[in-house]
Amino acid sequence: MKNLRHIMMLPLAAVMSVQAAEVSMVSGATGKDLEFLRERGAIWEKQTGHSLNLVAMPSSTTDQFGLYRQWLAAGNDDVDVYQTDVIWAPQLADQFVDLTPHTRDVVGDHFESIIESQTVNGKLVALPAFTDAPALYYRKDLLDKYGKKVPTTWAELEATAKDVMQKERSAGNSDIWGFVFQGNAYEGLTCDALEWIKSYGGGQIVEPNGDISVNNPQAVAALNRVKGWIGTISPDGVLAYQEEESRGVWQLGNSVFMRNWPYAYSLGNSDDSAVKGKFDVAPLPKGDGSGARSAATLGGWNLAVSKYSKNQDAAISLVRFLSSTAHQKESARRLSRLPTIVSLYDDADIKREQPIIPRWKNVFLNAVPRPSAPTKVKYNEVSSLFWSAVHDTLSGNGSAADNLEELEVALEDLRGSGW
Amino acid sequence: MAIFTSSLAAPISQLREEQLRAARLFLLPMIGALLIVAAWPLLRTIYFSFTNTSLTDLYGGEFVGFDNYINRRELKSGRVLWRGLMMDPQWWNAVWNTLYFSVVSVFFEMVFGIIVALILHQEFKGRGWVRAAVLIPWAIPTIVSARMWGWMLNDQFGIINDILLRLSIIDTKIAWTASADTAMTAVLVVDIWKTTPFMALLTLAGLQLIPKDIYEAAAIDGVHPVKTFFRVTLPLVWPAVMVAVIFRFLDAMRVFDLIYVLTPNSKATKTMSVIARENLIDFDKFAYGSAQSTMLFLIIGSITILYIWLGRVDLEGGRR
Repeated sequence: MKNLRHIMMLPLAAVMSVQAAEVSMVSGATGKDLEFLRERGAIWEKQTGHSLNLVAMPSSTTDQFGLYRQWLAAGNDDVDVYQTDVIWAPQLADQFVDLTPHTRDVVGDHFESIIESQTVNGKLVALPAFTDAPALYYRKDLLDKYGKKVPTTWAELEATAKDVMQKERSAGNSDIWGFVFQGNAYEGLTCDALEWIKSYGGGQIVEPNGDISVNNPQAVAALNRVKGWIGTISPDGVLAYQEEESRGVWQLGNSVFMRNWPYAYSLGNSDDSAVKGKFDVAPLPKGDGSGARSAATLGGWNLAVSKYSKNQDAAISLVRFLSSTAHQKESARRLSRLPTIVSLYDDADIKREQPIIPRWKNVFLNAVPRPSAPTKVKYNEVSSLFWSAVHDTLSGNGSAADNLEELEVALEDLRGSGW
Repeated sequence: MAIFTSSLAAPISQLREEQLRAARLFLLPMIGALLIVAAWPLLRTIYFSFTNTSLTDLYGGEFVGFDNYINRRELKSGRVLWRGLMMDPQWWNAVWNTLYFSVVSVFFEMVFGIIVALILHQEFKGRGWVRAAVLIPWAIPTIVSARMWGWMLNDQFGIINDILLRLSIIDTKIAWTASADTAMTAVLVVDIWKTTPFMALLTLAGLQLIPKDIYEAAAIDGVHPVKTFFRVTLPLVWPAVMVAVIFRFLDAMRVFDLIYVLTPNSKATKTMSVIARENLIDFDKFAYGSAQSTMLFLIIGSITILYIWLGRVDLEGGRR
């Protein structure tokens, strides 16, 4: 009799588990992200009856990648939804569910270029959650105080930073610096340095056709310019800064300029910020010489479903929710994340609350991709070789020319007969 | 160990035999566990190092012989290139970093450990408390202490820079973990801080085994305390110190967590473990990383054997 009851209960239990699955999602939380995700997750939980388990990850993308790689290689089913960097799609494509059949109705809302970057061999690896293109943050109040214009070239930035910094320091503000960026040896330095080199017309490390272009006089000039900043307009410690460290210095009011992603915009305007209302953003400056342009590295995060997940349907529903127009609008308004949905750039609420976003449409549309598409699974090593060469140069370990020459040889070796 | 040595000398009685059988039986679970968690992964890593396995396809690797260690490539131009682990400057840089780190950190830990042990060996009020307090750095998980030191060493808001500035020892804030010149020093300082208690504890145990009457005899003969230390204390405590040093050295050779948290990606501090992990996980060169792990094992193994042979360390605690 007891057994019979068990047997009768079984189908019911099965139905229940389909209805209410627990979906685990990993997220590299910076700033207020985790709090926001929890709050939004609760809405999804209510709508679907599933439950969401958020797992916080280290904020360094390099660290996250290492972890995800291991879990996916081991076929780990503890995590259902991964938040993936825009550069990871080619490297992790085999481990994720093809979202194409599940997203036919919404895929058209997103920018085509972003969907394309997440499509590997016809398989939609991840659905975009937000896109990213960095900005030059500047202290409006300080530039006004000393009658300076917003710099449009790196040389202008250097001169302005030096001048404002010196005057502020002699006025007793001894902790102020000119410019902070991401100089730690990690993926973020690849982004920053790609911008410097591209803005000098020095190419994008590896060109879309696979050619290694990094060893050229314009790239050398770009790195030499940046090297001159270390210890003068930027603290020596900038060589250990990631996004959050540079934001720390900036948000305490200790820097005239900062290079960072749009997420720092809403955080800088939060109530406990020392620079609230005192700053604005501009596109990153240009370099010198022919082919100089303002360059921003394309960033952005996407959501992918592990193919080892036991709750794929629930996981896909979560991914659809977190990339939906409604959710992206919320994250744009509250976290100043750039939406990947075309129509949101004309949204009146966003325009009013986060004026950076409509202004950033063109910046991100012209953003430079990191060479993850041409270098495929070798991208991480390319990036690591590149950031090491840049970090060496900036910390005075060999000249820019020598280091880039060596980098070229190392990249050629790595390429072998083809990427 | 003692059971085996004495049993060889005396004729084996039935009781002894039973004891031996029981001992073996008790050892079985331990041996089983070691086979599973140590021997099997080790053999598998060595196997992987002879294949071209990648992390995305762990079971699809093909056997490639010694290619990961050294391989010859002929270019179209006819130039011959020798590639592989043995020819990899990054690897040898990591080997050098590891050896440098191990030798320097273990040396200072030994010196400071002996000093701390000598102090703790004295009778004074509250000795029990001090002994417990000294152990705190050792008890804190490395990840936590590395993160803690990372903040203390921060160039902008770190307390170390603040103190040094206030004392006018430095005039500008130093980016300890960022600059290649100070990164290794920073890592060494943290490691020495963390592991000196371990050395002190083992040395203290050795000190407490020295009979008091030797000191009394030395005192009666009017030997200078410094001479007593070098002629009596040090030789008698030396075997214990040597055992502690070898434990620490083995540990230092495979250092990973501290460096991974404090100065990841800095070429000045990358050790063999750090670089092996990077290849295994980040670079999709699982087989190459396995080759590095295998080399790491061989290097540590041979250094240990050399050390035991040269130093004649008796792991049973006495001197040969």
